[in-house]
Amino acid sequence: MKILVCISCVPDTTSKINFKNNDTEFDNSQIQYIINPNDEFGLTRAVWFKENDGAEIDVVSVGLDNNDQILRKALAIGADSAFRINQEALDSFQVAKLLSAHISNNNYDLVIAGRESIDYNGGMVPGIIAEILNFNYVTNCVGLEITDSSAEIKREIEGGVETLTCKLPLIIGAQKGLVEESDLKIPNMRGIMQARQKPFEIIQGKTEETKTKTFKFEKPESNKEIKLVSPDNLDELIQYLHNEAKVI
Amino acid sequence: MSILVYIESNQNQIKKSSFESLSYAKKLSKLISLDVIAVVINCSELAPLSDFGPDKIISINEKKLETFNAHNYADVISNVSKSVSAKNIIISDSINCKYLASLLSVKLDAAFVSNVVSLPNSTNPFVVKRSTFSNKAFCDIEINSEIRILSISKNSIGLNENKSEPIIINPDINFTESKLTSESIKVSEEKVSIEDADVVVSAGRGLKGPENWNIVEDLAKTLNAATACSKPVSDMGWRPHSEHVGQTGKPVSTNLYIAIGISGAIQHLAGVSSSKVKVVINNDPEAPFFKVADYGIVGDAFEVVPKLNEKLKAFQAENN
Ligand SMILES: Cc1cc2nc3c(=O)[nH]c(=O)nc-3n(C[C@H](O)[C@H](O)[C@H](O)COP(=O)(O)OP(=O)(O)OC[C@H]3O[C@@H](n4cnc5c(N)ncnc54)[C@H](O)[C@@H]3O)c2cc1C
Ligand SMILES: Nc1ncnc2c1ncn2[C@@H]1O[C@H](COP(=O)(O)O)[C@@H](O)[C@H]1O
Repeated sequence: MKILVCISCVPDTTSKINFKNNDTEFDNSQIQYIINPNDEFGLTRAVWFKENDGAEIDVVSVGLDNNDQILRKALAIGADSAFRINQEALDSFQVAKLLSAHISNNNYDLVIAGRESIDYNGGMVPGIIAEILNFNYVTNCVGLEITDSSAEIKREIEGGVETLTCKLPLIIGAQKGLVEESDLKIPNMRGIMQARQKPFEIIQGKTEETKTKTFKFEKPESNKEIKLVSPDNLDELIQYLHNEAKVI
Repeated sequence: MSILVYIESNQNQIKKSSFESLSYAKKLSKLISLDVIAVVINCSELAPLSDFGPDKIISINEKKLETFNAHNYADVISNVSKSVSAKNIIISDSINCKYLASLLSVKLDAAFVSNVVSLPNSTNPFVVKRSTFSNKAFCDIEINSEIRILSISKNSIGLNENKSEPIIINPDINFTESKLTSESIKVSEEKVSIEDADVVVSAGRGLKGPENWNIVEDLAKTLNAATACSKPVSDMGWRPHSEHVGQTGKPVSTNLYIAIGISGAIQHLAGVSSSKVKVVINNDPEAPFFKVADYGIVGDAFEVVPKLNEKLKAFQAENN
């Protein structure tokens, strides 16, 4: 089985988000980048398929050379080859088109992306790829088993879980629950050394059209003062919630 | 040309988030003078829709669409969109809507913009505000495609009643059946889901262990609320993963969010900050959650929560 894991490179979850140039651009000066957490769950599941079923894993990212360190980390965790499509990621359609071209050139049985990237939060890239390539698609994926060329997928739904089946090829949007938190791997020295020998290809990629343009950012208003209520006067809280906030 | 709204329902009950989508569409129609058409799949109770102003309802009844399948639903909605020349498709930010929208966007060659929090601040070019960076920021986004799909962030627009007398149409439909099959669906009926809840009661490591969750559940029951938890709580297996909220868990955008024994780490806050009113109960006055909440109680959860529950019950008894 040949698996592709799509990796978006996102600011570390502890990052404070700031903007520059009159709030038109993300200020990445203090930012550490990480593998998008949803993609990391997917990668971990892929490594399980490699270790247990001998699957082969490629990882791919659309972006400029600051993504290289993230792809190297994915290699150190267990991927076999990495590809970077050398175009600045501008919108979901553009990214999905570039990834689709790579996928159709490489005959993957399974493509793993994340439910959403934690920076753009679009939740669109895998679905767009699925529709372009006519793949089966399941997102909010919290379970994935593959036997021969059949997949059984668990999907989170509101208030529960749905189990689905289909034949490969398949693309999923991974999320928390797909693997246990304790199964997430921190690259060890051996993995890091091995990663240096693994194939790492930079693909130029076409200039694709975009359908959207993000041009201005703002931060949420900082909160008004909190009202503290004494634990001995909980009626006051109830009054606030009823009369002032009108939520009960 | 028209504005199409996809209406979600569950056992003949239309979801509140769909009324919000309809409210959004109606407001949008005032800006761009187009009819609002609602499309509903397998729901016979359509009357409540007319409170929110659609000009037309396209009601589809088809046995093969009984269970939600994103591929099939996207195909049907795409066909309907084409038949009414929809230029704007409004949906909610629910799990299923977002799932089908990315497929739909390719079928219609449309841009799909999720997490929309405002009406367009300009319609030519079409610019809307959406939340981004896991609610740590907002951005203005310009849409260049002729057709656009917008998913509306829960509670960002609110409900806006606007009575109408819509025409109801039951069209024949055809679609290509997906090869993805649903084998089983497990939902816990008795519980309110985080996605649907108006109130969410959430607790963290401050509760010390799973055996203490009864005080959380009791409070949730009184408030008809969903229960949620912080990441470590689900990582340790005290609560199921489906209750984990935050940047890497579920987003929560509810009317009232009550955080009990949760410190307020940046990743937790990112996921819950768009909730309207936040109440924090924590015994450490320095806990970061106090910096972002509207109301706070510095106190021991084990004393405060049961007491608050009793007082709420008394309040409800008095007010009903
Ligand atoms: C990549 C990454 C992603 C993450 N994503 C998420 C996420 O999506 N969601 C999330 O929640 N976390 C996330 N985290 C974890 C986050 O950083 C915090 O560790 C976590 O939110 C803390 O959980 P907590 O508040 O329950 O526990 P703690 O930080 O241990 O806080 C417990 C709180 O309970 C209070 N307390 C103790 N006893 C009592 C008492 N008797 N009465 C009242 N209060 C009491 C304490 O004062 C303290 O403030 C993520 C972390 C990483 C690294
Ligand atoms: N620039 C990118 N390169 C590779 N994969 C990406 C990129 N952007 C998004 N993806 C994948 O698509 C998923 C959803 O992203 P998004 O639609 O941006 O929320 C991510 O979890 C990744 O798996």
